[in-house]
Amino acid sequence: MENVISLNDIVVSFDGETVLNNINLDIKDKEFVTLLGPSGCGKTTTLRIIGGFIQPDSGEVIFENKNITKLPPYRRNVNTVFQKYALFPHLNVFENVAFGLRVRKLPEKEINKAVAEMLELVNLKGFEERNVQNLSGGQQQRVAIARALVNKPKVLLLDEPLGALDLKLRKEMQTELKRIQQSLEITFIYVTHDQEEALTMSDTVVVMKDGSIQQIGRPVDIYNEPQNAFVADFIGESNIIDGIMLKDRLVAICGHEFECVDSGFDEKQPVDVVIRPEDITLTANADEKIHGVVRSVTFKGVHYEMVVDSSDFSWLVHSTKAPEVGSEVGILFGPDDIHIMNKMKG
Amino acid sequence: MDKKFNIGQKLVASPYIVWVAVFVVVPLLMVAYFAFFGDEGKFTLEYIKSVGQYSDIFIRSIWMAAVATIICLLISYPLAFILSRMSKKTQSTMLMIVMLPMWMNFLLRTYAWMTLLGNEGLINHLLGMIGLGPFKMLNTVGAVILGMIYNYLPYMILPLYSVMEKIDPSVLEAASDLGCNRIKAMFRVVVPLSIPGIMSGITMVFVPAISTFIISRMLGGGGNMLIGDLIEMQFLGNAYNPNLGAAISLVLMVIVLIIMAAMHQLDSSDDDRVLL
Repeated sequence: MENVISLNDIVVSFDGETVLNNINLDIKDKEFVTLLGPSGCGKTTTLRIIGGFIQPDSGEVIFENKNITKLPPYRRNVNTVFQKYALFPHLNVFENVAFGLRVRKLPEKEINKAVAEMLELVNLKGFEERNVQNLSGGQQQRVAIARALVNKPKVLLLDEPLGALDLKLRKEMQTELKRIQQSLEITFIYVTHDQEEALTMSDTVVVMKDGSIQQIGRPVDIYNEPQNAFVADFIGESNIIDGIMLKDRLVAICGHEFECVDSGFDEKQPVDVVIRPEDITLTANADEKIHGVVRSVTFKGVHYEMVVDSSDFSWLVHSTKAPEVGSEVGILFGPDDIHIMNKMKG
Repeated sequence: MDKKFNIGQKLVASPYIVWVAVFVVVPLLMVAYFAFFGDEGKFTLEYIKSVGQYSDIFIRSIWMAAVATIICLLISYPLAFILSRMSKKTQSTMLMIVMLPMWMNFLLRTYAWMTLLGNEGLINHLLGMIGLGPFKMLNTVGAVILGMIYNYLPYMILPLYSVMEKIDPSVLEAASDLGCNRIKAMFRVVVPLSIPGIMSGITMVFVPAISTFIISRMLGGGGNMLIGDLIEMQFLGNAYNPNLGAAISLVLMVIVLIIMAAMHQLDSSDDDRVLL
């Protein structure tokens, strides 16, 4: 597939503080890409660079093989769904959606047709004459999406569009956005801090932290093979334990040796060992290499979340079965469940 | 409980109601009384009818106030917009500079223009140094309009600014995102959203400008009499005739109300269509 957008060596700083540090990112056509990271990681800035609202200090933005770094937003073939929707308060639903078409001076007939189609797509048929300020958050969101999509952009940018909605509505809109993206076959670039949202909707997830990209990959790969402890911790919950690599496929954790599947590290190299809470099995046998006392059990619906204190680490464990609080348990995990990562710098 | 609260509310509001009654309603009724009832207390339309002979002064006042208002709007609009997009800190400094002349006495400010514009004034003096002039600037229509603009400009800037300041920057970004360059964004988004500010700015400049008498007296000489001068003459001047003065005031008030009502009509009926 063709790259529709490429960011090359993008650097941005505000007031001497580096916000984006050498971002390189290729986005393929018709892809659903999510920029994921905690607040202040630079994900929104990256989006605004693509939209043209911020000029990078250095680096270039390539759009379909053309350098558009210096182009203002109104000359780019991308449209944005803003975080707080930014609907035009003086226009009704129809005119909000029609705005971009009117600016381009399309004939009235075409405008009517295109707007009607869009309102249908976002399930807002019959709302044409409504005042946008009297709509619910979810409805305003749909107007914002329709207003952007009616221009048939090559790429749609979405800046935490579901952040202000309640959980149930958010889930609905996630499915809906994915449906819209697939039916229109356009590229979505989606910014969120919600890892679950990112994993559910995306073809590709870009994990960011402190202005740089930590990992780019499919949701499954990001989850199963995080490249560092930050990604592992940010995507789902993790136990991150200090370990020492003894040799290929052998690691020392908590003073015991464990077989693992990773290789290529130096001998005696300190590493981060990541074990997912759902990969741990608790046994009644307290003679295992690692064992501890169950400190707490919390019911989470599908599973129980437990904290087990061993002599030098508190383990987070997810399981559908829960032992008694205070009981002695063994902690078991297989070689496949151990993920070895280079220690994070800093 | 509810009732008590209502009584409490009424109590709190009562001083204002008394104030409005004593200082607004009663004087208005008195003006109307003077306009319609002669010295003997008999109803008459004589005063109202005789207002007609001053129609040229009315027309002059209206067009001069209108010109001053339009120029104020043209100057203030971009200024207020730029101001509203500055950083909060710069905004407050700039606002202070805008309001600074208002802290100076009105007469003094206007008097200062006399010394600037006079035949022997500073401007003609400077022009004379490069071999131009002297030009007659004082005691002209232009000088009066200039005085109006200078004195009432802040009353146009402030309401415009306070409306524009509330326009979310992301709405302007959205306009840009949807294909508007700066000028298009201005006409399609900023102007429609700032109509309330435009309306109150026009009101706050036009109304005092149409009834001013100091500015025309000081900068217009005797030749550019406005309604304000005419009214003043009926109460304090040689032409002492309070009944006629009241009648002129009443007619002026009605004219202003009609103009304002017409403008608001225009505003609300054009709400959606002004952009198309």
